[in-house]
Amino acid sequence: MNILDVVECVEGNLLTSTQNTDREILYGYSCDLLSHVMANARSNCVWVTVQTHLNIVAVASLLDISCIVVPESIEVEETTLQKAEEEKISIIASKLTAFEICGRLYDMGVKPCK
Amino acid sequence: MKRYIMEHTYSIEAGNYAVAGEASSSIKGLLKKLGIDGGIVRRMAIAAYEAEMNLVIHSVGGSLTIKIAPDELLLISEDGGPGIADIDLAMEEGYSTAPEEAREMGFGAGMGLSNMKRCADEFNIHSDAGIGTKLQIKIYLK
Repeated sequence: MNILDVVECVEGNLLTSTQNTDREILYGYSCDLLSHVMANARSNCVWVTVQTHLNIVAVASLLDISCIVVPESIEVEETTLQKAEEEKISIIASKLTAFEICGRLYDMGVKPCK
Repeated sequence: MKRYIMEHTYSIEAGNYAVAGEASSSIKGLLKKLGIDGGIVRRMAIAAYEAEMNLVIHSVGGSLTIKIAPDELLLISEDGGPGIADIDLAMEEGYSTAPEEAREMGFGAGMGLSNMKRCADEFNIHSDAGIGTKLQIKIYLK
């Protein structure tokens, strides 16, 4: 699936402009502890986290993560969105919980990172 | 004496989360431009990020240096303190001394040093409490 498919799947809104809509997303990972993400997330994955500060973009960029999904309509800082635009990382806001987002993505065939 | 063909040092400021990760991003970009294998770039990017965040969270400030030789990459992290009292304990997964502010941001999982070690072919850490910490991470290119 691509980023637009993820947006649809999680009933989300794309908060960044869509530079990477052709990027194939095969894997998913969910965690709010950044060292766990550094250790386990694969490239071209979708990452679900409640963290919204600037450093999530650095983590995503270093690991070549395709997009970040923020659950429960949590507001994302403007500085984070600006940085995400620069680094071409898509950020999606969803009203669903992290549990439901992961469940839906899993049902659509997105595989765990390990 | 190893001959390094390129070397770059980044100064890392304590407590400045706004620019944290920029040195690691720059190192990753540099290695990618040199055409180094993607898997190796990824390992060095992870190690550099963990080292950089340790400097931001735990040190009074320090530096991150990347040295590139035809057959190896060397990352050196040095700071001016406060040093690690018990390195064996600090190496244990899950042990962390990160302040509450950092933990709320998702740092302080106690995995930084073990993540670095896992990415490295050679990993050395030396610390003197009250003086500072020096970390060396080597990744072989051949």
